[in-house]
Amino acid sequence: MSTVAANAPGAAGGGLSDVAASEASLRRFLHGLPGVDAVGLEARAATLGTRSIKTSAKAYAIDLAISMIDLTTLEGADTVGKVRALCAKGRHPDPGDPGTPQVAAICVYPDMVATAKAALAGTPIQVASVATAFPAGRAALPVKLADTADAVAAGADEIDMVIDRGAFLSGRYMDVFAEIVAVKQACLRADGTSAHLKVIFETGELQTYDNVRRASWLAMLAGADFIKTSTGKVAVNATPPVTLLMLEAVRDFRAQTGVQIGVKPAGGIKTTKDAMKYLVMVNETLGDDWLSGHWFRFGASSLLNDLLMQRQKLTTGRYSGPDYVTVD
Amino acid sequence: MSDVIRLDVMKTYKLFVGGKFPRSESGRVYEVSDSKGQWLANAPLGTRKDTRDAVLAARAAVKGWAGTTAYNRGQVLYRIAEMLQGRREQFAAEVAAAEGIGAKKAATLVDQAIDRWVWYAGWTDKVAQIAGGANPVAGPYFNLSVPEPTGVVGIVAPQAGYGHSFLGLVSVIAPVIATGNTAVVAVAADAPLPALSLGEVLATSDLPGGVVNLLSGRTADIAPTLASHQDVNALDLAGAIAHEGPGAATVLEASAADTLKRVLWPAVDPAAQDWTVAPGTERLLSFVETKTVWHPMGQ
Repeated sequence: MSTVAANAPGAAGGGLSDVAASEASLRRFLHGLPGVDAVGLEARAATLGTRSIKTSAKAYAIDLAISMIDLTTLEGADTVGKVRALCAKGRHPDPGDPGTPQVAAICVYPDMVATAKAALAGTPIQVASVATAFPAGRAALPVKLADTADAVAAGADEIDMVIDRGAFLSGRYMDVFAEIVAVKQACLRADGTSAHLKVIFETGELQTYDNVRRASWLAMLAGADFIKTSTGKVAVNATPPVTLLMLEAVRDFRAQTGVQIGVKPAGGIKTTKDAMKYLVMVNETLGDDWLSGHWFRFGASSLLNDLLMQRQKLTTGRYSGPDYVTVD
Repeated sequence: MSDVIRLDVMKTYKLFVGGKFPRSESGRVYEVSDSKGQWLANAPLGTRKDTRDAVLAARAAVKGWAGTTAYNRGQVLYRIAEMLQGRREQFAAEVAAAEGIGAKKAATLVDQAIDRWVWYAGWTDKVAQIAGGANPVAGPYFNLSVPEPTGVVGIVAPQAGYGHSFLGLVSVIAPVIATGNTAVVAVAADAPLPALSLGEVLATSDLPGGVVNLLSGRTADIAPTLASHQDVNALDLAGAIAHEGPGAATVLEASAADTLKRVLWPAVDPAAQDWTVAPGTERLLSFVETKTVWHPMGQ
């Protein structure tokens, strides 16, 4: 985990330290990234999705996927009771089987952080909070920073921020960079430690794969600990090609700078089969180093129930049904 | 030009799952022959995975189908009869080939199957009167019982006997869906073609996708999967032989008991069951749950 602390803003080595010196140099760097071969990327992602994973490997993948879930509730109708129930589910996903691993984190809105923190006391489960005027990100910078600081003060271990897609798409990369740096500063706690920063691109709004690659490098250069595909609030969320592209970006970033960044696809991953496709992609692209909840996460809510049903199928031999998992 | 030989366009029979016509997930087929051993067509070899997919589709369809009005369900069932009527000759030919009976007898069996849809169409909005109603209670309450659908019903369709391939099939599916259940059906393994063609009729009869799912293949694969599946609520063993083998009714019932399924037992000799006689309400009332409501009377 020490590599995370090394990823201070602008601290990237590998000859990248002066990339963000000016708007012009940042633009030159991002536009100098090799273009994405869209057909090749989609074909590669599709190929990796065809692996057949059965029996003991499947059991391992299911447990691994459960331990990577950011169990999420981001609804306007969220209540304290619902968040507590979700935390209880995160602690004991399958009450009938104590061997079931716990989820990695509970992801909530900032005002629910204290509730989640209290409900998760004594467990290694992290509390992740979205911030910076999630999901649109359309607010002034001071408001976004206050939103972040508020969540951190309430005890959030991780902050999921959204980038300003408007600024990114109109080419004001430095604005986006500066904003990520500022939010990273706001993640600092009084005792000198810092909340993990996940940067959400909302890839469904970035239009092109080239933009996804640029956004990935931009966020990593600015000090993101995790890069995350989407908010789950728009029509197109995480897709295998986009996630594969981001996995390649963190791989190349580590090769160049030695800094390891995590990846979190979010939204639209609903079935065990989907989750296993992503795990195969991680393994084939990044290898073992990323195959843990520290470096790869699923932002999901309904995925957990499907994983539990598949897990029950493996342990009992019977296909399970939604009557045998909790209704969230 | 008349000496050009025209090749027949052979039909690819497919499963009917979730309102769509997928091939088997396994990609495999098996040969179906007529009663004299002549090859008729290849049928998809439905697997346990296909069965699971079908149960998912059936579960997803429960809410919508159970939620339609009984009147509307009756209209849909009647529509199935209308659609069948237009394809009567095709089904008669398929039944004749499957069961080795004459064209006239086969046509009669198809007619009876069409009439059976109409019969059950009439029952949809009447079953509540005979299975429910107002109960006299010693207190100031209205006490009402209403039959509600059980949910997803796994059906082992008749596997042998006169009329089993189509009339028998219709006689077990229609009562299940008439009351608002959805069905996953293991069709007659040796004579699946009329059943698979029925899927094409159901798909064009305003029946929502997933209400009826038809699987051809080894009954010994499909039936035990249905029996042990936790998301199947009831089991109709119409075509299961009583003893011996993995598809036997006793084995299936034991497996179904783990998840507290309702089980409808087959006749003592399923092959001897006469599907041509008027069915009565047994099947209709086997897959409903009674809900009773106590409502305080006003002053």
